[in-house]
Amino acid sequence: MSIGARPRAGAVDATAETAPARLLEVRDLRVWFETPRGHVRAVDGVDLTLRRGETLGVVGESGSGKSVLSRAIMKILAPNARVLPGSHIRLDDVDLATVNPRRNRHLWGVDLAMVFQDPMTSLTPVLPVGKQLTETLRYHLKLSRQAARDEAVRLLRLVGIPEPEKRFHQYPHNLSGGMRQRVTIALAICCQPRLLIADEPTTALDVTVQHQILNLLGDLREKSEMSMILITHDLGVVAGRTDTIAVMYAGRIVETAPTRRLFARMRHPYTRALIDAIPKVSLPSHTRLASIPGRPPVVIDPPPGCRFAPRCPSAQERCLAETPALEPDPAAPEHSSACFFPLGTPSGDAARARNIAAGVSAAGTPVAAEVTV
Amino acid sequence: MAGSGTAHLRDDGTTVLSVRNLVVEYVGRRGERVFAVSDVSFDARRGETIGLVGESGCGKSSVAKAVMQLPPPTSGSVRVDGVDLAGLKGEALRRQRRKLQMIFQDPISSLNPLRKVKDIVAEGLRIHGGVSRADVETRTRTMIERVGLDPATAADRRPHEFSGGQCQRISIARAMVLEPEVLICDEPVSALDVSVQAQIMNLLEEMKERYQLTMVFIAHDLAVVKNLSDRIVVMYLGKICEVGGADELFASPAHPYTRALAQSIPEPDPEAPIQEAALSGDLPSPLNPPTGCRFRTRCPLAQDVCAREEPQIREVRPGRFAACHFPLEATAKEGPLVNA
Repeated sequence: MSIGARPRAGAVDATAETAPARLLEVRDLRVWFETPRGHVRAVDGVDLTLRRGETLGVVGESGSGKSVLSRAIMKILAPNARVLPGSHIRLDDVDLATVNPRRNRHLWGVDLAMVFQDPMTSLTPVLPVGKQLTETLRYHLKLSRQAARDEAVRLLRLVGIPEPEKRFHQYPHNLSGGMRQRVTIALAICCQPRLLIADEPTTALDVTVQHQILNLLGDLREKSEMSMILITHDLGVVAGRTDTIAVMYAGRIVETAPTRRLFARMRHPYTRALIDAIPKVSLPSHTRLASIPGRPPVVIDPPPGCRFAPRCPSAQERCLAETPALEPDPAAPEHSSACFFPLGTPSGDAARARNIAAGVSAAGTPVAAEVTV
Repeated sequence: MAGSGTAHLRDDGTTVLSVRNLVVEYVGRRGERVFAVSDVSFDARRGETIGLVGESGCGKSSVAKAVMQLPPPTSGSVRVDGVDLAGLKGEALRRQRRKLQMIFQDPISSLNPLRKVKDIVAEGLRIHGGVSRADVETRTRTMIERVGLDPATAADRRPHEFSGGQCQRISIARAMVLEPEVLICDEPVSALDVSVQAQIMNLLEEMKERYQLTMVFIAHDLAVVKNLSDRIVVMYLGKICEVGGADELFASPAHPYTRALAQSIPEPDPEAPIQEAALSGDLPSPLNPPTGCRFRTRCPLAQDVCAREEPQIREVRPGRFAACHFPLEATAKEGPLVNA
């Protein structure tokens, strides 16, 4: 079923017949920022693959590079950002790293669309919301004035806005935060993009509205062949709504796996620590949270070694000297982690036990006994 | 919901904070009245944490500010240790306010960027007086240490040299150095990363235990509120819907609104089924709240009576209070429904 006005046929989609084909492929992406303090390695060697119709969750704390990753794919990086040579981003047949600005104008909105945390980032306050939709529809799809209007009203209704004919003439400031986010979603999907990137789409919203918006994004994805990247700091948001999850820390993916497998058999100590630090309604009140000592680093001229090692309860001497690569689990090739002592393996369990016995990790961080919840 | 009443109050002399019939109304730009809080009552025992939850615009922050008398509420009383703050002015109010301290959402903007950490933390002690200079110094250093910072390196630095989590630690030190009876926390962890959020939540629990602190804790994240609270008050559009123990409330809601909130919580478990959206639409305008029960316009159980009569808070199960004409049945694990 189609969600937009664009006919879903033509040469572009020739590969769709042999689905699920690869839609997005990111290889060795490095994005550095030039700052007075030095080069900040916001994204430092990321590999990603996204198949058609799939949803990928990218999870990480602030400074993990998750937003810079999405902006690099969208090509909307800040001027002081530098994409290093050797970085590749391919969307189907287009190399996004080298695409020219003319072609790019017809990638945005048509092939690639984005929903931001703050809806006012994507809406202009000086035009009615209907006008903002019809402008896009007429530019990209060459619709007539009347057809664009009808389509805009249809889209507003599709994203669950009551009285779309009336809302069509209203300005963003007349709408609530949840309604504005629905409008930006309508705007993002109006040309039926192949890839939708949602960067913290519900962080500014109430929990009930968050639930509505996430359900809406899920429904839209199901009704089309759209792929989605859902970027969030909240593991709860991605748990039930993604096919695959990539966990980022300090500019790198530290673990990636199909969602169910990731939650069932976490390998990387950071993933484990992140989930243990979240308060859960299913646990009794006053349950002590297993917090992670310290805070996420800003990566400027990093020393060798694993970037999580200073905070990691499993850290050994090797973790301080060598950098682990993201490597697939021999038993499950779709599950990769970047850790010398992954959880649930004999060497990983031994490393953790050693640190608990010593009360301290190789990096000198105190390690408490395992809290089982 | 969205009702008035005082059935859930515990007037047995054990309460440190008692808020009665609190009303907060603002005058809008065009002279219209905004009904932010309409007749809210709650109380807190010594060492108890009361969680306030609800969607943005439900009036939970207005309640916090009114308790602090910043500004004083339109009407209603706020008693701390039996003294009503509403009638107090000037020096008398300042003396009582020492017992009430607050921490805010944005840790960086709530600290004066020009002052050193030790002066920020010590300011309350200096203003309230009666403490020698040496004593101010010792107590400040002890408190900076208790919130997990190193006084030797932190005391002489200024807020911009610290991260968000560290600034929130400084805010907690500033509030706790006066050893208040009641600490009001308005979204204290919302701006923090998950790993840092857990550190601050654990620190608040330590402080509560060490000082027998009574807390009013506000957050939009229901799991955060549940983790820290003993009793939770659910608010909707300026009124209380439901009051109950933290462990029971979301497990077995009595009010349809509480159930909707509970169903919206994203659980970090891929096996948990995704619920249909429990609530549609947005919060109605507090300029013109619905008649009767304020939740009725979004309530799946609403009947004619809900538009005519405002439900009063009553005990619908042992220890559970809800303002609803049609409270939900308890799930099997809990006690039977009390016929009110």
